[in-house]
Amino acid sequence: MPKKHPPASRIELLQGTLDMLILQTLAWGPRYGFGIAQMIRASSRNALQVDTGSLYPALHRLERQGAINAEWGTSENNQRVRIYRLTAAGRRRLSTERSKWQQLADAIAGVMAPLAENEP
Amino acid sequence: MNLARFLRLNRAHGDEELSEELNTHLRMAIDERIARGESPDAATAHAHREFGNVGHVQEVAREMSGSLWLERLTQDARFGLRMLRRAPGFSVVAILCLTLGIGANAVVGGWMEGILFRPYPGVANQQRLVTVAGTQNGAPGFRDLSWPDFVDLERESTLFDAFIVSKIIGTTLTSGDRAERLVGLMVSPSYFQALGVRPVLGRGFAPDEGTGRNAHPVTVISYREWKDRFHGDPAILGKTQRYNNVSHVIVGVAPEGFLGTFVGYSMQFWVPTSMQAAFDPGGYKLEDRGAQWIEGFALLKRGVTIDQAQAEMSAAARRLESAYPDVDRGRGVRLLPLWRGTFDNAQNLLPTLRIGFGVAVFVLLIACANVANLLLVRSFVRRHEITVRLALGARRLRLMRQLFTEAMLLSMIATACGVLLAYWLRNALTLFFPAPGGITYTFHGDFDWRVWLLSAAIGISSVIFFAAVPAMQSSRVDLSAALKADSRAASGTRDRSRLRNVLVVFQMALSFVLLVSAGLVFESLQGMRSASPGFSTHEVVTTSINLFAAGYDSARAKTFDERLLQRIRSIGGVDTASLASSTPFSNRPYGDSPLAVDGFVPKSDEQPTASYNAVTPGYFATMGIGLPSGRDFTTADDESSEPVAIVSETLVSQFWRGDNPIGKRLRVQGRWRRIVGIAKNIKFESLLDAPKALFYIPLRQNFSTQVGIFIRTSKPPDALRSSLTREIHALDPRLAPYEVITMREQVERATSAQRVAVALLGLFGVLAVLLASVGLYGMMAYAVSQRRRELGLRTALGAAPSTLLRLVLSDALGLTALGILLGGVVAVASTRLLAYMLYNVSPRDPRAFVAALVVMILSALGACLLPAWRAARTDPITALR
Repeated sequence: MPKKHPPASRIELLQGTLDMLILQTLAWGPRYGFGIAQMIRASSRNALQVDTGSLYPALHRLERQGAINAEWGTSENNQRVRIYRLTAAGRRRLSTERSKWQQLADAIAGVMAPLAENEP
Repeated sequence: MNLARFLRLNRAHGDEELSEELNTHLRMAIDERIARGESPDAATAHAHREFGNVGHVQEVAREMSGSLWLERLTQDARFGLRMLRRAPGFSVVAILCLTLGIGANAVVGGWMEGILFRPYPGVANQQRLVTVAGTQNGAPGFRDLSWPDFVDLERESTLFDAFIVSKIIGTTLTSGDRAERLVGLMVSPSYFQALGVRPVLGRGFAPDEGTGRNAHPVTVISYREWKDRFHGDPAILGKTQRYNNVSHVIVGVAPEGFLGTFVGYSMQFWVPTSMQAAFDPGGYKLEDRGAQWIEGFALLKRGVTIDQAQAEMSAAARRLESAYPDVDRGRGVRLLPLWRGTFDNAQNLLPTLRIGFGVAVFVLLIACANVANLLLVRSFVRRHEITVRLALGARRLRLMRQLFTEAMLLSMIATACGVLLAYWLRNALTLFFPAPGGITYTFHGDFDWRVWLLSAAIGISSVIFFAAVPAMQSSRVDLSAALKADSRAASGTRDRSRLRNVLVVFQMALSFVLLVSAGLVFESLQGMRSASPGFSTHEVVTTSINLFAAGYDSARAKTFDERLLQRIRSIGGVDTASLASSTPFSNRPYGDSPLAVDGFVPKSDEQPTASYNAVTPGYFATMGIGLPSGRDFTTADDESSEPVAIVSETLVSQFWRGDNPIGKRLRVQGRWRRIVGIAKNIKFESLLDAPKALFYIPLRQNFSTQVGIFIRTSKPPDALRSSLTREIHALDPRLAPYEVITMREQVERATSAQRVAVALLGLFGVLAVLLASVGLYGMMAYAVSQRRRELGLRTALGAAPSTLLRLVLSDALGLTALGILLGGVVAVASTRLLAYMLYNVSPRDPRAFVAALVVMILSALGACLLPAWRAARTDPITALR
């Protein structure tokens, strides 16, 4: 099996962040799978590449958990696609995940910042 | 793209939504790349690469297609075969391990089938055949039946198709200076018909040929005899063959492959029961209800159980008791399945086969643990494939079935190889049994459908043992973590390595138990070889002449014996020579006799018995058996003088409790005998048991025409043979001695069962250690490769190679120690199962344990050497990558 070596500029997703990224993407409006992957890549300026093998299990998991729901529809090119949509529960979950992420990001930033700036 | 077509084709089935979704995704990715200016080919290729392995997607799509069960099975099998081919090293090692495990069980199963359960090739209806044995006063142990009783039992029965006498007999054919012993069966006339054996030439026996003293000298010879001795003479019927000085007319030739009905021997001839007196020096017994000599079978009617038949027999036996109270009181009848048969060699082998089966199961378990271990490693190698398939929606159950199918393939190949191996080894047991007197023992494994079924069942159930855990582990992969492309530490690794450690410990423990057992039986065999049975084994040579078969009566035989002894004593290099009616550890067994002792009152239900041997003067000196008190027999102790006896020390302590018995009396067979001496104990039947009570009587006072010759000499047996033959020929050119062997050789033959056990346990013990070492090696090699970064880091931080060596070794040796500890506990608890075949060795003998320990540690070190060395030489650069 050929190993996949991501380009150097690409960042591996932090564990547990994929769900949040999907929810955030869907917060802008309903989307199908390929669109979600594209949007994540575009908004991270190509730094985040979502594996198909991770994306669909995550979508199905979120759907099972009730954070999103899905129905068949058509794409702009008239292809039959499964369109995912954020639910109210998904919206609540996004906001808690976002605040958790903010805390984590602040904390890490604090640690990583130069010592002098941190002192009163 | 055939993927797309494939997915479209399968759209009609359920569960197709995900595949459609994925399909669309793929197409969109391709379109997008084309829109960005890539060529359609490049776009497709890139999109596919990004998407993941097409092969797996296809597999998943197939799984989701929901096709028929059988179709899925063939798909699984095809896929499995492909996976096995892709990793030939793994496949070969796994199949080899399983072949050993399954093959070991098939070998022992074939032996059990051929020796215990369906012991008589060529016999129809073996499952309805039961052994008929006699009992006395309900005491344990079985005895033979008398002819009149046997006939009455048959007449009174309704649940049986036939009663069959099958009594082993022997005769001697002499040509030149060689005496050849033949084994045959004395059978009731219905024998061939009841067993469904049709002679290839001529007939079986006619109903009237069963009775009448020596009235029907007819014989059926074996196919082999016909071919070898008579060169396949087509006009053989009507010709005669002399057995025991009686000319027998050959009336039939048994079919090829029918060996008779006595486990261990291939019969060479059959005669009807009317010829009993010609083969039994004890005289005509067909009219004597007291004489118990019949061994035989009964053929149950179809649908009759052994319990129903037993009830009928018990009632018939009770009627006989009241009809003939004088002789039949206390006599009962027991029907036994063939494998518990009382009179042939099956009983000797039963315990050995039982051990063999236990050992084979051990080997199978160890092999399964090994393969489980291999599969765990393999599932780690395949984790990416498995996670992709899970990610793409394959159900865990489906995935587990795929893994099980692969395991089943392994097992099926191994079962085929194992059965082949077993078939090849089916007659190997015979190798452990030297031919006594030129008659070869035959113990053949039987490969009928039941052995095949057993092997298949073992093959299938072994799959559960070796595949269940790895399959469960694989399907429990944590998707999101494992999917990350190059994750070195996929989750579940810790779990899995712990599991592998457990397997290695399990293997080590089982191997240790086997090694300890092998050590114990080996020590025991050594002990038996070096132990003294109570008589000299060196410098005593034994042989025999069958005067009865040559037609001598007692008077002529006595003269012959006397002159022969004189001639033997005059051979250069011969110290002494004497005769005895029984030979220790031979098929000229010691007689058992009830006895009464002056001044000893037995309890009401107790019948004192002892073994006896009739010997000539000088026997004790020849055999090197001490006479601590009293005198030897002399030539004056003959038919006309007072009956005398010499008793063994065990007999003295049993009946005189420390008093000096010399001058006191002993009553045997209705005659009082004066005790003139005490002999040291000897062992003569079993080296394992304590010496049995034994008394000796002068041969002249209890004459036999079938005696053993014992010669104390410094000459080797081969050198003695020619002079011995010359002296015998000088007396009667028609006679010749049987094989001339040392008593040591004679005793050695009694250790066959031990030698089989040593060979089985030794061989399988070594195999087990090898398998366990392979397991340990695999585990270590893997662990070291997994820890390369850590080890490299340690090197970079200044750890010396010796430190790393210690680090890695301590892990492996810790596991080994744990395994040995566990095995030690199991061994201490279980080796007493071997106690019945151990001689002078405690089941907890520390030497066996220490030896097993040393072997285990050495092999563990051997297994760790390469991985540890590799670990110690870890390049620090690896830590930085």
